[in-house]
This record gives sequence, structure tokens and C-alpha cells, in this order.
Amino acid sequence: MSKLLKRRAAVKQLLADRGDMLVVAGLGAPAWDITSIGDHPNNFPLWGAMGGAVMIGLGIALAQPKRRVMVITGDGEMLMGLGSLATVAVQQPKNLAIVVLDNERYGETGQQLTHTGMGTDLAAVARATGIERSSLVRTGEQLRAVCMDLAKVKGTQFVQLKVDPEKLPIVLPPREASYIKNRFRISVLGEAALHA
Amino acid sequence: MKKAAKPAASAAGMAWPKTVHALFKRENIRQVAIVPDAGHSQLIRLIEADKSMRLVRLTTEEEGVALLAGAWLGGERGVLLMQSSGVGNCINMLSLPLAANFPLLMLVTMRGDHGEFNAAQIPMGNNTQRVLEAIDVVVRRADRDHEVAETVSGALRLTFNTFRPAAVLIGQQVMGAKDFRKLTKDDDHE
Repeated sequence: MSKLLKRRAAVKQLLADRGDMLVVAGLGAPAWDITSIGDHPNNFPLWGAMGGAVMIGLGIALAQPKRRVMVITGDGEMLMGLGSLATVAVQQPKNLAIVVLDNERYGETGQQLTHTGMGTDLAAVARATGIERSSLVRTGEQLRAVCMDLAKVKGTQFVQLKVDPEKLPIVLPPREASYIKNRFRISVLGEAALHA
Repeated sequence: MKKAAKPAASAAGMAWPKTVHALFKRENIRQVAIVPDAGHSQLIRLIEADKSMRLVRLTTEEEGVALLAGAWLGGERGVLLMQSSGVGNCINMLSLPLAANFPLLMLVTMRGDHGEFNAAQIPMGNNTQRVLEAIDVVVRRADRDHEVAETVSGALRLTFNTFRPAAVLIGQQVMGAKDFRKLTKDDDHE
């Protein structure tokens, strides 16, 4: 049996003490994963915008410097936006965590291999762009340590979790993007969001 | 014969960057995302010097489309500055503001336009407006220095009042076309 981390158990751990944290999920499996824990107004699950998850997280983090922001995305989505890591590194927001659930596959399109299974080291890429707190997590113990760190330490953080390429049931978030957007904004900004 | 004005010199004489910066302040713009263009250099300097705005340097223009959706989710307004070649890089990412009705203002300085020197700029520059309109972005255009501020002002109100992406194309005539042969002889160009 695979000793790799299970993605939904890992996401459950990452979101266990979320408090008022704001969460962006990349399209496909990460969006189903965060929704499997429970739909939440502070979630922004994506239906598209591949390569944009980290930048959406950066925009939120800069606008809401007092709240923690976590981007949870997949290796394929992250590979499409590698440049955004350099953009984040230049800004160094104190409240942004980027978590890549790396199953080394394009899971939604037939499990084709991605670059991360063929030599690309995302944690090293993140570190090389200037995100110093960048780690590769393979075990439950390492994951527990990272969760503690995420809750306590301020600064931009990048975490690459190697996860089992298991096929899981899809758990759909709300489908209408305007609804997800407005629900999120009202949750963050109150009713004022409707009159901006 | 009278020596033709250098592109940098004519760009430096433009009035619109100062007026547009003041407009950004008035409209409470807080995040300005850029991939630089010579035509935007004065405006970029004004934004760099302004503590009320954060300049976000991008590696590619589509990052800015996603960044400003995030900014709006967090309650801040932003604008995206790029040159026309960058519009091509943004197209699929525009599905985000288009599908979810996010406001987004793109300020696009044109290349591949009036008096272009570089053939590589023509395919994107000659089709910038068409490509944007094909994906349903509202496009406005200014071809004279004095038209730019009013056009930007209208587009700003349109995007933030009606929650849809809009682009203002600033014609190459406003900045003056870059002539690479002249640049090889000038030491003081930008």
C-alpha cells in the first residue's frame, strides 16, 4: 500500500484551525478537496483561471494584510504559473501560504504525468525565486510540523506535499462564479461589499 | 533639416501620466500591476513614488488579471498596465473576470500601431482591439495625449460601476514610435 499522504486528510489537517483564514483553491481536485471538508464562505474555489491561483491569493493577501490567506493548488496548476512565485517573492506578504498538492499527475484529464514526477522540484523553484520558507513534505510528521509553523510563523510560505495519485469522488463547490465571489466578499467586507 | 524629436523626449512631454495618476488616486486605486512599457514609464514612476499605491511587478501580464481579481475579493481596487503584446498573454485568464463579473481596468500602450518599426509587434498590435472584443472586453481608445485622461476616467467608472473588464488602448501616436536605427545612434534614450 502507498505510504504517500492522502490529499483529503492532509487538507483537513491544513484547514482544521482555519479561524478567519481565506482560502483559494486551484481548479479541479484541490477545489473538490477543500469542498470535501465543507463548503465555506471564506473559500474561493476556482473553475478555471489555470495558473492564476497563487496570484489571486497574492491579491487577497495584499488587500487583507491582517488575515491569513492560503492557496491550495495542484502541481499542474502551479507549473502553469511558476512566474507567479517570483512575483510573490518580490512582494513577500507576511500572511500568504502556498500549498501544492503534488500527485505528479494531471488528475482531471486522465492521470498524465506532470514535470514534478520527471525531475522538477517545486520547493526548490520557490526557494530560488526568494521564498525562503519553502519545504517538501512527504510524511505525516512533516505535515504536522508544517501545520504548526503555518499557524505561528509570519511570512510567505511555500509547501509542496507529495500525495497519493488516488482517484477520489468529486465534491462540487457552488458552480456560479459570481455567487462564490459575492459570498466571499460579503464574508470578508460585510454588506459594504455590495456598495463598493 | 530640423532634427526629429526622439521618442523618449516626446514621451516625456506627455501630459496624460500625471492626470491619470491623479485619477487613480481619486478612484482609490491601491494595487497597480505592471509589465513595463516605455509608454508607461512616467506613470510607473509616479506610482512608485506614491505610498498609497502598491506597485506589483509581474513576470507575465496574465498574472495581473488574477492578482486584481484577488484584490477585489479582498476589497481593494487595482489597474493593470501593459503593452499591446501582453494582451495576447491575458486571454484565457480573462475568463475569470468575465465569468464572475469582476471589475478590471487594463491600460494598454499600443505597439504594432502608428509608425511601427518592428515587424514582430504587428500581429498582436494590429489585432489587439479585435482580440479583446472577441472575448467581450469593453475597449476604448485614445490617439491623442489630451484624450487619454478622459478616456481612462470613463473606463474606470464603467468597470467599477458595471463589474466587467475594460481596456483603454493608448495609440502609438501618443507616445511616438520607437525607431531602433535611431536608438543605436543615441546614447540618451530610455
